[in-house]
Amino acid sequence: MSMRTSLFIALGVSALAGSAALAQTVVRDIERPDMPGRVVFEQQCAPCHGTGLGDDGSPTLPGTAALDAKYGGDRPGALELRSDLPAPVLRVIVRRGSGAMSGFRKGELTDEQIDQIAEYIAATAAANSGG
Amino acid sequence: MSVLPPDMDAAGFAAFLEELRGAVGADWVWSGDADMFPYRDSFSPVWNTDEERHASAAVAPENVEQVSAVVRIARKHRVPLYPISTGKNFGYGGPSPNVNGSVVLDLKRMNRVLEVNNERNYCLVEPGVSYFDLQRAVDETGNKVMLDCPDPGWGSPIGNSLERGVGYTMPHFRDHFGSHCGMEVVLPDGEIMRTGMGALPGSDTWHEYPYGFGPDPAGLFAQGNFGVVTKMGFRLMPMPEYYRTGLITVPRRRDFIKLVNHVNYLSDSGLIGEVEYGSALRALMGDRDFLALITKTGGPSDAEMDAAASAAGLPSWQVELQFFGPEKATLENWNYAKDRILSDIPGAAAVDGDHFTMPATEEQLNNTTQPWQTSIKRRRSLGVPSLGAWKIVRDDGHVGFFPVLPRTGEAVFEVQRVLGDAMKEFPSLPSYFNALSTPLFWHTHTFQMVFAPSIKHDDPEHNAITHASMKKCVAVAAEHGWGDYRAAPIYQDDVSDTYSFNNHILRRFHEQLKDSIDPDGIIAPGRGGIWPRRFRA
Repeated sequence: MSMRTSLFIALGVSALAGSAALAQTVVRDIERPDMPGRVVFEQQCAPCHGTGLGDDGSPTLPGTAALDAKYGGDRPGALELRSDLPAPVLRVIVRRGSGAMSGFRKGELTDEQIDQIAEYIAATAAANSGG
Repeated sequence: MSVLPPDMDAAGFAAFLEELRGAVGADWVWSGDADMFPYRDSFSPVWNTDEERHASAAVAPENVEQVSAVVRIARKHRVPLYPISTGKNFGYGGPSPNVNGSVVLDLKRMNRVLEVNNERNYCLVEPGVSYFDLQRAVDETGNKVMLDCPDPGWGSPIGNSLERGVGYTMPHFRDHFGSHCGMEVVLPDGEIMRTGMGALPGSDTWHEYPYGFGPDPAGLFAQGNFGVVTKMGFRLMPMPEYYRTGLITVPRRRDFIKLVNHVNYLSDSGLIGEVEYGSALRALMGDRDFLALITKTGGPSDAEMDAAASAAGLPSWQVELQFFGPEKATLENWNYAKDRILSDIPGAAAVDGDHFTMPATEEQLNNTTQPWQTSIKRRRSLGVPSLGAWKIVRDDGHVGFFPVLPRTGEAVFEVQRVLGDAMKEFPSLPSYFNALSTPLFWHTHTFQMVFAPSIKHDDPEHNAITHASMKKCVAVAAEHGWGDYRAAPIYQDDVSDTYSFNNHILRRFHEQLKDSIDPDGIIAPGRGGIWPRRFRA
């Protein structure tokens, strides 16, 4: 099991140029259960949708920033805290893409791997619910 | 949108797919709208129009023998294949082909890092290896070499170099095709060929001497369609001991000419890595009068720009320098750069920047401690793969036009004026070319400048403007001798047309070669503007 070191940093930032400043909760470290989907997530999703800092002073990575801006606080921008992405939903999003994210091909990410990611996300969301 | 390969009916297509399944396994052949959706170019300005190019199927072999088998089957059925590596060539066509109905040869499963040599400083990889994968392999072998990555780390060293992509470290590593050494290629008849010393059985110098003996055909496989590259070696820079940065500013507009010449000297002497040119005057672009000045038809005068800079108390230009090597050497090189430039340009000033031992820590990679507002992207400058750069993607994506121009201040001023005036036809686009537009020093000995209008999946009118502006940019730039270095399939014919010396002899030569080894166009017909006889008819 991974060690839990939760750190929640409240920042007032303007996520994207032109958007109104909004209070975001930037999540840095969360509990991450050891399961097959974790490695897949870390390699395929986390470089854009992880909880780390973005490049060169950005408070969040691009995918997390984009979802923060999209949901305006109604849902977490960090995918690992989303409890509403079961495998059938995730498959559609991953295959078809969304906004600046292009769809992922079966040659690079199998259906089984997407299902593993969905299980991992559900587990991380549950493990970190309630702060 | 289901399509069939050229000159093939549904029954023939089914038989073809069945043979592919026999070669690679049923799990690794796909067709139909759902599975083919991710093979569309989601950054395409012709999205959902008749001009969009659609593949009919995809096949993903896991080794070179299967690639050879797939090519032989395609040759037998006369089906065009479109090879991709990691399929992330966004802005330049992504995974979508030149010809409707092509079958994508998806090489992502071939993702083995075959060697990282820390003593002789090279690696050997397959096409499906990403920069992230390669960095993991480098880490596992002691992190003793420094990669040179493009902005997004999910790209393939092979795919990026075959597109003549660029990176951001030292000059000869930034040219990714130029830094390759040795390749393995499956030819259009299915034969497997190795270039350079790879052609000599028993040689142990495949990735150290690129030429072997006789003509070197390696260049034909970059932006070409003469084979499927299944392995490539790359030269790697030993991990430098130290990294140092510095900023130089110059006061007047015309000082840029001297500044560029000095930086050229430093770069060509091997003293600096990639540089970032910029202007502090960009802070004034929110001022309507200043914006009108820098976008003025015909360009502003030097006196007008100098007066604006003087009134604002800002320098006209700046350059951020980066040094790699032993600590003392980086300091001496920075001191030399300062002395050289400040003694020649009145009013020039220098600021010492971040410097630290390599490899960088996570905190250093985060790049938050420069004493000025930096344009250096720290991870890419240190060859560390990232997707952080995706923050620059506006709307649903973009296309890119990066003309190659001489490495002089005068040429930059001319591009600012000529393309700035030409693009006034598209007032809804951001101002890519104005009196403050600075060059990109990516390739080893030339400048490029950037034009990258966005696309929106639900706004065909916006996309039509982007599409028309791209074609105009290619044409106007070429009239002045500035050629595009890389293009999406929908623009490859336009760009190829501009390289027209002696009645297009370069393209006619390529077509003669294509006709002799691949007359039916099995490998990516149309790629690079090269069409075989079958498709020229």
